[in-house]
Amino acid sequence: MSEATVLGGQEVVGVGRIEGPIMVVEGAANVSYDEVVDIQDSRGQHRRGRVLEVGEGFAVVQVFAGSTGLSIDGTRVRFLGDTLHMPVAEEMLGRIFDGLGNPIDGGPEPLTDVYRDVNGQPINPTARIYPRDYIQTGISTIDGVNTLLRGQKLPLFSGAGMPHDQLAAQIVRQATLGRLAGAPQTEGEEFAIVFAAMGVKNDVADYFRKSFTESGALTRVAMFLNLADDPPVERIVTPRAALTLAEYLAYDLGKHVLVVLTDMTNYGEALRQISNVRGEVPSRKGYPGYLYSDLASLYERTGRIRTSEGSITQIPILTMPNDDMTHPMPDLTGYITEGQIVLGRELYYAGVYPPVTVLPSLSRLMKDGIGKGRTRDDHPRWGAQLYAAYAKTQDIRALASVIGEEELSEVDQKYLKFGRAFEREFVNQAFTENRTIERTLEIGWKLLSMLPSKELTRVTLDEIKQYYKGDDATS
Amino acid sequence: MANEVGIITWISGPVVRARGSRHVGMLELVEVGQDRLVGEVIGLKGDQMTVQVYEETAGMQPGAPIYGTGLPLSVELGPGLIQSIYDGVQRPLPLIEQAVGSFITRGARFDSISREKKWKYTPKAKVGDEVKGGDVLGVAMETDTFEHRVMVHPDDAGTLTWVAAAGEYTVNDTIAKLKMGKEEKNVTMLQRWPVRRARPFVQRRGANIPLITGQRILDTFFPVAKGGAAGIPGPFGSGKTVTQHSIAKWADAEVIVYIGCGERGNEMTEVLQEFPHLVDPRSGRPLMERTVLIANTSNMPVAAREASIYTGITIAEYYRDMGYHVALMADSTSRWAEALREVSGRLEEMPAEEGYPAYLAGRLAEFYERAGYVDNLNGTQGSVSIVGAVSPPGGDFSEPVTQHTKRFIRCFWALDKSLASARHFPAINWLDSYSEYIEDVANWWREKVGKDWLGMRTKAMELLSEEARLSQIVKLVGPDALPYAERMVLETARLIREGILQQNATDAVDAYSSVEKQIRLLELVLYFHERGMAIVKRGAPINLIHDLPVVDTIIRAKSSVTNEEINKLDDIQKMIDEQMGQLDAEYR
Repeated sequence: MSEATVLGGQEVVGVGRIEGPIMVVEGAANVSYDEVVDIQDSRGQHRRGRVLEVGEGFAVVQVFAGSTGLSIDGTRVRFLGDTLHMPVAEEMLGRIFDGLGNPIDGGPEPLTDVYRDVNGQPINPTARIYPRDYIQTGISTIDGVNTLLRGQKLPLFSGAGMPHDQLAAQIVRQATLGRLAGAPQTEGEEFAIVFAAMGVKNDVADYFRKSFTESGALTRVAMFLNLADDPPVERIVTPRAALTLAEYLAYDLGKHVLVVLTDMTNYGEALRQISNVRGEVPSRKGYPGYLYSDLASLYERTGRIRTSEGSITQIPILTMPNDDMTHPMPDLTGYITEGQIVLGRELYYAGVYPPVTVLPSLSRLMKDGIGKGRTRDDHPRWGAQLYAAYAKTQDIRALASVIGEEELSEVDQKYLKFGRAFEREFVNQAFTENRTIERTLEIGWKLLSMLPSKELTRVTLDEIKQYYKGDDATS
Repeated sequence: MANEVGIITWISGPVVRARGSRHVGMLELVEVGQDRLVGEVIGLKGDQMTVQVYEETAGMQPGAPIYGTGLPLSVELGPGLIQSIYDGVQRPLPLIEQAVGSFITRGARFDSISREKKWKYTPKAKVGDEVKGGDVLGVAMETDTFEHRVMVHPDDAGTLTWVAAAGEYTVNDTIAKLKMGKEEKNVTMLQRWPVRRARPFVQRRGANIPLITGQRILDTFFPVAKGGAAGIPGPFGSGKTVTQHSIAKWADAEVIVYIGCGERGNEMTEVLQEFPHLVDPRSGRPLMERTVLIANTSNMPVAAREASIYTGITIAEYYRDMGYHVALMADSTSRWAEALREVSGRLEEMPAEEGYPAYLAGRLAEFYERAGYVDNLNGTQGSVSIVGAVSPPGGDFSEPVTQHTKRFIRCFWALDKSLASARHFPAINWLDSYSEYIEDVANWWREKVGKDWLGMRTKAMELLSEEARLSQIVKLVGPDALPYAERMVLETARLIREGILQQNATDAVDAYSSVEKQIRLLELVLYFHERGMAIVKRGAPINLIHDLPVVDTIIRAKSSVTNEEINKLDDIQKMIDEQMGQLDAEYR
């Protein structure tokens, strides 16, 4: 896989200790920290590993495929002299790879002499371009109130059994370059898609493959699959391999790349497993203290740089264990990513698709990609107004559940109606429905018009004059 | 120069062990491996040393050499700091980009301060002057308007034997000669200072001048004093960074040091691209001309993240010593604490709470204690104010970093997820936040603004806490069950929340509110309350007050009335008089 394979390297026969996916190799000299190793078991089968810790005459090695079948005396370890590199090429779009980047679609190894370190290198903050171009996903809850920009990382926080895969597939299918509201719909620039599956079930991977095929996107998708029955330790490499290809496509070839990573929770579990076996001091819920830095080393490989036309936009998906947003995985993810789209079970049970719970959802970069000259002048205040009104609806619902709807004031009853309509007409849309930005704005104003104009303090009076159609509209 | 002091024996991430000389000092700066990566000695035991490395160690091997420098980890101080952007160990990021491209590679070494750039220098001291540490030798124009006061190094003192004439000099040129005892020292504009040692001053003064930020909930309700320390804890998405950016933009400090410590790359880029175009409302110059940025983003090496806080505070103290007021933002101190935890874990130290090392509280105290309003060595006064963001896991304020931080700050701005969800920004919860500087700064308001700020603030806080109590009842029985007088409290509290506490950082008018405007807005709302209360107490239905057109006008005043035309608020007061007057007449 790497050039180093051809070059050979120092070989040690026999290992000192094997524990879970970790083994200690003794008697090796000149081993580098983070070096890749090739491991041959007694039956001649090869697997790959990486040096996690190195001292005088010993090295601690993490075995990607797990240590099943390895023996103390019968194992040969070859140190390959370099960190983990992978080949990258444009031709990798349209192909399927395993979690380490080896082709599993029956095709040949990618033909290229460009090899990249899977760990990547941090982007210099001075080399970045701040994201400003929005992506129209055709989904109101995203375009309208949680706008996604090129070069942003915006995760989907979901729970087991909810339709996060459908939503991700819909985003991938519909995503086009954003334009001004009212401007003619042009053929959007298409995104190259890099898809990494970590520990997901076979049918999830199948679902995405089928969805990419149906939308005709398959030729611009590279899939990296580490499925539920693949070795967990490989999962540490899978997103890195995917992002290494994405960086090449974006920053070397100038493409706009959309990266979908699913499911980050499984990734975190693999990390925890390795940490536990190594006996590291755990922080919360047994996760290692460096979970934040480790996740950042993935999520921060997003963005735009000045020397390239391309961009990397990330949509990591993670299922929150027990729907708990304070669990370390969603929590630390939320601290790194630029917002989050949260799916809620209550809406899901009510039959709303996509069940995006609007209030805890957020796009931090939205403010810089919408409004005058980007979508429409009123968009930012319109969005804040929808949020504020829907937040107020939640308070009134709580009140109504105590004193009954009939006891509510007239205005409060209007809020209840607004809330229901907001969920049914704004949040809810068909899997195949691709809304334009002006359609989304129009629905929003229609809903706001259900409230007295005096309640709308977040929008300007001019905007009320122009768009508000309620009973007490002035014109 | 650097000589070999040891041989690497063990490597795990940013922590390296080595065997060698017993003469290496604790916290000495060392160069590690053939690539000469920057590191710092953090443990010594016999001939064994433990080193934390500020760069990625992948590819390094046991047996590689370690070179000593004999110096502790230090920063370079001199003209050219302002408008710079550094990583955690003061490497200039723009030069790294020029040299190695968009991605940061290892081993890139550059001078922190340009040796070529010439500064317009004017001497202020003359030959024969007895000078001591901190005394001003002359001034260099760091920007068109910013005077960089070149000082004697705090450890030096003596007689000036030669002074350079006014002219243009680089930081390497001698600008004075100082006779100290028998030796004569060439003094340049550049000095070095170890980051982990606070720069000396004569004495602390009381902190009783507020740091004005133009943010109403901060200045009017929870002020921090110049030289004080404030903490902003909050779960993700609650607006820590936006608040920090707002303070960095509008605070009335002369120098801003902004430390992006383990946070997002795009956020630092935003500051870099936005600040040169924003104008400081006081000086009329671009905001970047008073800003020093330290960017050690979350994906940059973790040990350098640990150092970034110290690099920033040392630079802040240096400008304080010149007699300036400096505000330092650290976003986020939790990431810094996590860096401590990560290194501590690799050292296999015994963990205390949640895996953090037992010395966490001590390190936090050391950092926040470097804030202060002081008498400088040279007789001037200056201050360093610290605003530290805290990112508690799961938004749980009982975690160790938030709890220990609370012990060392006197101003606590608690961010609230539910306010953020309702897009009430800044999402600072007025019931959970506190400031211990209120009494201290009350005098300033009386003298500078001439209004009874303390009285109005107390009244407003009473209304807000009354609202919280009444809301509990409303949740159970609905608002209609309350007497009109209590519903009047709810009306006024809403005006305070929407018309004063809410502030839109992206609105041109609303982003910065002068203190005069802040206090006048509050005065208006309280006046509205007083008039309304008198009327409802005579039996007027509350909905008549709720429906007054002036309510909407008051809520919109924050963004419709600019800081320059606050007399327009008098017109609003007239509107209150007119509309209330009518009701008053009806219910007399």
